[in-house]
Amino acid sequence: MATVKYTKDHEYIRIEGDTGTVGISHYAQEQLGDVVFVELPAAGKAVKKGDSAAVVESVKAASDIYSPVSGEVTAANPDLEGAPATVNDDPAGKGWFFKVKIANPAELDELMDEAAYKAFLDTL
Amino acid sequence: MRYLPLTPQDRTDMLAKIGVAAVDDLFANVPKSKLLKGPVNLPKARGELEVERILGAMAAENISASEVPFFVGAGAYKHHVPASVDHLIQRSEFLTSYTPYQPEIAQGTLQYLFEFQTQVAMLTGMEVANASMYDGSTGAAEAVLMAHRVTKRRKAILAGNLHPHYRDTIETLSRMASDELVSLTPNPEDAGADLKAVAAAIDGETSCIVIQTPDVFGNLHDLTAIAKKAQDAGALLIAVVTEVVSLGAVTPPGAMGADIVVAEGQSIGVGLNFGGPYVGLFATKQKYVRQMPGRLCGETVDAEGKRGFVLTLSTREQHIRREKATSNICTNSGLMCLAFTIHMALLGETGLRRLAAVNHANACDLADRLADLDEVEVLNKSFFNEFAIRVPGDAAKVVEKMAKKGVLAGVPGSRLWPKTKGVADVILVANTEVNTDDDRAAFVAALGASI
Amino acid sequence: MSMNTQGRPTSAGASGAASAHPTFTGNKALQIEEALIFEIGRPEVTGVDIPAPKKVKSRLGKLARDEAIGLPGLTEPEVMRHYVRLSQKNYGIDTGLFPLGSCTMKHNARLNEKMARLPGFGDVHPLQPASTVQGALQLIDTLAHYLKELTGMPAVAMSPKAGAHGELCGMMAIKAALEAKGEGHRKIVLVPESAHGTNPATAALIGFEVRSVPANADGTVHVSDVKAALGPEVAAIMLTNPNTCGIFEKEIVEIAKAIHDAGAYFYCDGANFNAIVGKARPGDLGVDAMHINLHKTFSTPHGGGGPGSGPVVLSERLAAFVPYPFVRVGKGYALVEEGGKLEKGEQPFGRMSAFHGQMGMFVRAMAYMLSHGADGMRLASEDAVLNANYIRASLADLMSLPFGNQPCMHEALFDDDWLKNTGVSTLDFAKAMIDEGYHPMTMYFPLVVHGAMLIEPTESESKASLDLFIAALRDLAMAAKRGDVDRFKGAPYHAPRRRLDETRAARTPILRWTKPAPYAEAAE
Repeated sequence: MATVKYTKDHEYIRIEGDTGTVGISHYAQEQLGDVVFVELPAAGKAVKKGDSAAVVESVKAASDIYSPVSGEVTAANPDLEGAPATVNDDPAGKGWFFKVKIANPAELDELMDEAAYKAFLDTL
Repeated sequence: MRYLPLTPQDRTDMLAKIGVAAVDDLFANVPKSKLLKGPVNLPKARGELEVERILGAMAAENISASEVPFFVGAGAYKHHVPASVDHLIQRSEFLTSYTPYQPEIAQGTLQYLFEFQTQVAMLTGMEVANASMYDGSTGAAEAVLMAHRVTKRRKAILAGNLHPHYRDTIETLSRMASDELVSLTPNPEDAGADLKAVAAAIDGETSCIVIQTPDVFGNLHDLTAIAKKAQDAGALLIAVVTEVVSLGAVTPPGAMGADIVVAEGQSIGVGLNFGGPYVGLFATKQKYVRQMPGRLCGETVDAEGKRGFVLTLSTREQHIRREKATSNICTNSGLMCLAFTIHMALLGETGLRRLAAVNHANACDLADRLADLDEVEVLNKSFFNEFAIRVPGDAAKVVEKMAKKGVLAGVPGSRLWPKTKGVADVILVANTEVNTDDDRAAFVAALGASI
Repeated sequence: MSMNTQGRPTSAGASGAASAHPTFTGNKALQIEEALIFEIGRPEVTGVDIPAPKKVKSRLGKLARDEAIGLPGLTEPEVMRHYVRLSQKNYGIDTGLFPLGSCTMKHNARLNEKMARLPGFGDVHPLQPASTVQGALQLIDTLAHYLKELTGMPAVAMSPKAGAHGELCGMMAIKAALEAKGEGHRKIVLVPESAHGTNPATAALIGFEVRSVPANADGTVHVSDVKAALGPEVAAIMLTNPNTCGIFEKEIVEIAKAIHDAGAYFYCDGANFNAIVGKARPGDLGVDAMHINLHKTFSTPHGGGGPGSGPVVLSERLAAFVPYPFVRVGKGYALVEEGGKLEKGEQPFGRMSAFHGQMGMFVRAMAYMLSHGADGMRLASEDAVLNANYIRASLADLMSLPFGNQPCMHEALFDDDWLKNTGVSTLDFAKAMIDEGYHPMTMYFPLVVHGAMLIEPTESESKASLDLFIAALRDLAMAAKRGDVDRFKGAPYHAPRRRLDETRAARTPILRWTKPAPYAEAAE
């Protein structure tokens, strides 16, 4: 089973082998409101942990999506351009943003697991 | 004071409610030594009549375009505006409203912006247009920044025959933003050579080329080939139009492959106003819409399913994106947009084409009449309603002399290019529908007597 | 003799909700639905009669426009009706109290409109010989003198076309001044979190790096925080004063000194100048550059979102760095443009736009200033501040003030703490104000206050008008607190449109009218 980890900026990364799938948490999509546009990185782009890698826009807000890990982008979700609402409807599933080949697995240790993220949300 | 409704008793009662003794207690945060004890050193309040006398006297010191035979253009044009336009833009609900951030009570503004955007897209031959910029020149500078965002390059090439005020506006912003700029030399003799020079300057770093048509000397340009050349190199073509009436007669930049069209809309609905306020038109291709600066109005529905309009894609803008915004622009040119769209609705395609035809015919007529003056040469092979003439000697002096004879003849080259060789004897001469046969006869006579 | 002997019914008739009686047209009496000009006009129709052109040899070459443009034409009666109906769907200052914080929606005197339309101002070309526009140049110079006098600053750049354009001009002047001193390495601009979005956007536009300064619990910026952020890399601070929370920055003089001691410049956002005109002068406070929104402070008017005008006053340290063109007084008035002879100390940094600025707005602002005079402008600021404080004091028991019940300047800032657990949001409250006949206040700005409601009544309101507004807001506030959620959630009920679907507009943008496909095609 894939492991899911979270950042304090509410990105998640689902880890399968050396590939991570990045998206935003249920909490984040709720805070943003109706997502109207997502700007995604091109495949092949090198990202560093903490870099702004994508942008998600709702009607009155625009947020940077920071890459939870360093690595190379291998794919961006082609469905989001035509159907940005997917981010609201299924953030953990079909609403993913991009996939990244994880360069340094040790970076994952700095992220929160499901339980830790839940506890973190309770503090907000 | 006729504008201030509070009475002295009101002020006393209100201070009591607030719980302070004097109004200066409300200014307590102002350092004591910095709070002015009395009015500043300017005259006291005046009645309407006195204000009218003062400003009327200043206004009387100027020669207005309607008073004399008038041929001044170069980016601002004297046209007739129907009486209904000025009446409508002074309706309280238009004049005294704000940016339509509350769409439920701003459908009037929003609907005319939507109509305006559509008219501008049709005129320029482009897919989409925004709800206006301050004017054509600032719009051109914004277009260059937009091209940099789209291409992720930072070098612009400006045609030599771009209006020098536009060039300088772009140049100032580019220098401040540390972007690269190639600015070519104006060429009044051979407009084709100017385009060739632009084409030769395009390289792999080029973000955009900026070409005006009709250019500042009035020459018309077919941009089809150079659009392709730019796009093949990964650059955008920004076409600039400073006389929007030309689009009623001349192939629009959109049909020639332009990526962004910027125009000065002053000619339609807006007066000369000594240079402002004007209205900048800004149009582009659908695929670039998220990189566009300025306000955009879009169609939607309300909670009952009725068609309505809202400002949209506002995440591009400064109030949301802050330092990452596409532009720092906040204001548009709302009321001038309204004047433009009303005048254009009155004209319609039939009226606009007729207006453009009259402008062109009048300019052709003047060019023909100038054939009688041996020492004056019309430099253009093609033009719409403005062309360049070469006169013997200093054009600025000739224009001054003609002004003394009661003809405002045009713009001398030295006014626009004080440091460029070969233009000091050039005058830009514009002809619109307001000029009569008598005006043109007066022009020829005054010119003949001034050289 | 014949007479009309048939009486007519005069009673109110049966009662019942308006929505129970839909009309055939969708119109509601004076509120008339209006189609788009593309649905009303026809390409062959025109509302402008133009005589036929002379017969001449065309000089268009091969560039004649052959394809149809598609523009509809309307006759004058159709145009009048279209735009009058549209206007009736708009709320303006002349409609009612317009408490839009930070926007200074004050009365727009019609004298100002009349003056701007004098042919000697409105019908003059920017490139006429200077000898034919002496009065126009005199007006610009006179207005410049007034602005300098009101701000206590020695210079002013007149050409910026709006507030944000003025900010750009001021920041360019600062950049030019730094470069002239060989200090081009100063790249950081400090901007408080409470700033208008234009401030960071402007700084970023010309390559400055924006760094935030925190706002404090009392709503002001502390000199200690500024000092902590200052350093050799800092070019300037952009501070709004009075600030966006409606409070005068009480440490402003110390802040200015700290900035100057660190070799940086003080840019002041003048959006809220209306609170202090004739009461305090930015020049006395240590400001180096400040734009003045003529359309706000001097009421030139807003016009549905523009045009604006944003002259920038400059301190002695920046006075040399103005954009082209500028007016110089000697023997008559001269306009100094590129290539013109410069006097000692003048170091223009370039050009902000074509021509010389928003002349039409200059005339209106001048008419405003001449009308008010030094005494009237001072009184107007006092009344603006008095009105805002009267609202604050009258609502403080019901609505929450984020920075305590201290005096404000010309706008009163509330937050949404008092709406907690009511199910009503700031947005809902604003929309319910529409039903009561008021334009909503500025909401969700400044960003540092949760659910912000920024109320700026301006000096143009009478006490009776304020009292009714306060009563209406109190009624709404009590309704929210007692759980009358329906009054808010569905609001507005009585506006020309109910709430609009902004998500739909942004997800699938329709930015222009397109001709509907013919029926057969559409059916495919």
